[in-house]
Amino acid sequence: MKYKFSSSIILGSILAALLGGCSAGDPETANTSGDSLAEKSFVAPGEKDEFYLFYSGGHSGQVFVAGIPSMRHIVTIPVFSPYPGTGYGFDDESRAMLGEYTWGDVHHPGLSQTDSLYDGRWLFVNDNANNRVARIDLRDFKTKQILGPIPNSSGNHGSSFVTENTEYILVATRFSVPLPKGRVAPMESYADEFNGMVSGIKVDQETGEMSLGWQILTPPFNWDLGSTGKGPSSGWAFWTSYNTEMAHETLEVNASQRDRDYAAFVNWKSAEQAVADGKAEMIDGVPVLDPSAVPGVMYFVPVGKSPHGVDTDPSGRWIVASGKLQPTTTVYDFEKVLAAIEAEDFQDTFRGIPVLNYDAIAEGEVPVGLGPLHTQYDGEGNAYTSLYIESAVAKWKLPPWTEEQRADMESIVTDKMPVHFNIGHLVVGGSDTREPYGKWLVAMNKLSKGRHANVGPSQPESSQLIDISGEKMEMVFEAYTEPEPHFAQILKVDAIEPIEVYPKAENHHPHAVWSLDEGTTWREGDTVHAKIVAVRSRFGPEKIEAKVGDKLVIHVTNIEQTSDMIHGLGISEHNINVVIDPGETKTITLDLKKPGVFPFYCTNFCSALHQEMQGYLVVEPAGETAMSQ
Amino acid sequence: MKNPLKSSSETNLPWWRRELRFLDRALNPLSRGLMLVAAVLFALVVLFPLWRITLVAPQYQEGLRLTIYAYQLVGGNGGQDLVEINNLNHYIGMKPIEESDFVEITWLPFVLGIFVILSLRAAVLGRISQVIDILVLFTYLGLFSLGLFYHRLYTYGHDLDPKAPMTIEPFTPVIIGKNKIANFVQWSYPSVGGWLMLLIPVVLVLAVWFSRKGRRA
Repeated sequence: MKYKFSSSIILGSILAALLGGCSAGDPETANTSGDSLAEKSFVAPGEKDEFYLFYSGGHSGQVFVAGIPSMRHIVTIPVFSPYPGTGYGFDDESRAMLGEYTWGDVHHPGLSQTDSLYDGRWLFVNDNANNRVARIDLRDFKTKQILGPIPNSSGNHGSSFVTENTEYILVATRFSVPLPKGRVAPMESYADEFNGMVSGIKVDQETGEMSLGWQILTPPFNWDLGSTGKGPSSGWAFWTSYNTEMAHETLEVNASQRDRDYAAFVNWKSAEQAVADGKAEMIDGVPVLDPSAVPGVMYFVPVGKSPHGVDTDPSGRWIVASGKLQPTTTVYDFEKVLAAIEAEDFQDTFRGIPVLNYDAIAEGEVPVGLGPLHTQYDGEGNAYTSLYIESAVAKWKLPPWTEEQRADMESIVTDKMPVHFNIGHLVVGGSDTREPYGKWLVAMNKLSKGRHANVGPSQPESSQLIDISGEKMEMVFEAYTEPEPHFAQILKVDAIEPIEVYPKAENHHPHAVWSLDEGTTWREGDTVHAKIVAVRSRFGPEKIEAKVGDKLVIHVTNIEQTSDMIHGLGISEHNINVVIDPGETKTITLDLKKPGVFPFYCTNFCSALHQEMQGYLVVEPAGETAMSQ
Repeated sequence: MKNPLKSSSETNLPWWRRELRFLDRALNPLSRGLMLVAAVLFALVVLFPLWRITLVAPQYQEGLRLTIYAYQLVGGNGGQDLVEINNLNHYIGMKPIEESDFVEITWLPFVLGIFVILSLRAAVLGRISQVIDILVLFTYLGLFSLGLFYHRLYTYGHDLDPKAPMTIEPFTPVIIGKNKIANFVQWSYPSVGGWLMLLIPVVLVLAVWFSRKGRRA
């Protein structure tokens, strides 16, 4: 026994020495042992994560939900793309929401806020491709509304940032086009005939229903990212832009000529008032303001070359914007911004819009590193900026700065963490609220090359979990994600209490049925209707008779009220699969085009006799009577 | 005139008649108070749950609960647990458990009301015999109810549909204690009302005991 004991110590020491030797040459893991790191992100089977990570699925059109600190993917919320896994995009309701599109490009999820704190009501996401905004209800984690394509808006990238009481969701045009949409103008007339637009999508406080609030016409810049104000910047919205050169071809070069581009600082409360005062012109059904004609609504602010992110700090005083083609990030003091506006301290005007005097409003330029994109905050006075080109995260101190610090701006950057590789966005929980959670930072990296088992040319992205609770950042975990996380939001798990079943009392579907003997089929002209019950482990009725040329409308109700007792209804060779949650009724409409006996069955494993849960759709050839008649 | 009963000299009575003479005794104030307590307890039995059955399985770790009151049958989780129990039972061909099958819940509150009245009567009129009547009747009610309960559980567990998807050995769910049925562990115990029903005979016996040497009514 003693022998064994001592030999294991020796073995352990050798291993430790070997591991220590390895990590000594590897700076990012030099000060940590794998064991203690594993402990930090380990969530034992049966245990729950502390935070939700809602991360955008990019051009997959979905939103993914993972847990922090485990980084385990928990569920996918389909938004802009059909998702057979939950039957999304097959039933009438979700098909109507998707409209004519089967994909979207989800970029920036935004949690609803009350008094600049997450209130756990909704999650908004934008579609960069088809100019839409969607609302996910956090009561059931389902997409409830898709608004758009938004008129006069093309390429909704600067979205969906939420104002301090969820009054508005920000929207901006990444691309400028001739307006109203549908009009064609020659490319050579880009500077004159094309326009950009920034918009506020109004949110109904009771229902969450989104509608168009106001739009502000802009020169044909490419609007990029946005952020909303609070505290001293309450009532303001911020967007960065690139291409103030107003180039329309080879933007890579032609939009990178000016040393500074413009951010737009928009007083959305003034915009709201101007619309109410009738100062807007209706374009394509939306009230549009011309900012040169309505002073006080929009100001331009010079930002470092080709900026990307603009992020308001938790106090609302410091606005940080980064020029991705220069190695610094600029901190603006919003109190100085207000003073400059008051004093009309403008360095220029651009098409009638005042350009604020950069030197009067910039607090300083922080030398964070190469390719700064986005900045997040921990609420402890620290800022974290993603560095795309350098593939790192820089930690630095927000103002106020001492005279010594001002003299040596390098000293403000207190830490740097390499990430793998080419970080885009990064997220700290609650960074866009007045009380960030701090604790964790997730780096969303565009490339994962060589970090995972080889899966061929089509490679996933990587998301890395960084502990920011200490003086120095610590890399804790990495996960590989479906294409393609852009931005994310972090929410405390205990901030919301989602339902697990749809209460029967809340089901107001006119064709819901709640017992097997109520299930029935009937014919109205050329339409066959079926009210079907799904319950362990059968459908009722389990035979639907129709003929070629009929329209078939199926209303299927999952009458279970038990958590996780989910049924599916897949119809063979008809491209139909709906999934019905407990207490839910879904309606499917399809045209019957071919004769035959087509099985339908439960697609979502429900019980020991799930395999037996099936029925038949009997489609007689056209003109013949049903066999049973 | 002498009382004819008394005149026939007590010593002439057979021994068992003499033993029963204490039935005529009056209840003292303490016993009358206890009878008021008994009346309250009978009333509380109507209000509180009598019995609770809980079913626990790996996928139902929070348990499926069925609570039996004197006047109703309540499934846990807002009634959903009863639906779920029936849903699961259909796989073994067990008849759905329905409140309408429990005929006793239509008359049990009424009977308990009678016991409230009888206890108040004993508290006011104050005779030991009245207490003994209640004790005997209530014991009968208790045994009858338990027997009925057992019979019902036996029937549920034995009257299984032979065409059911799953065939299992007929069984009787346990009345008090713990039992394993397939993947479920069944727990069955008296609840507040049930324990009160056990407490009532104790109160009645005490009422008799404290007045055993009292004067004759």
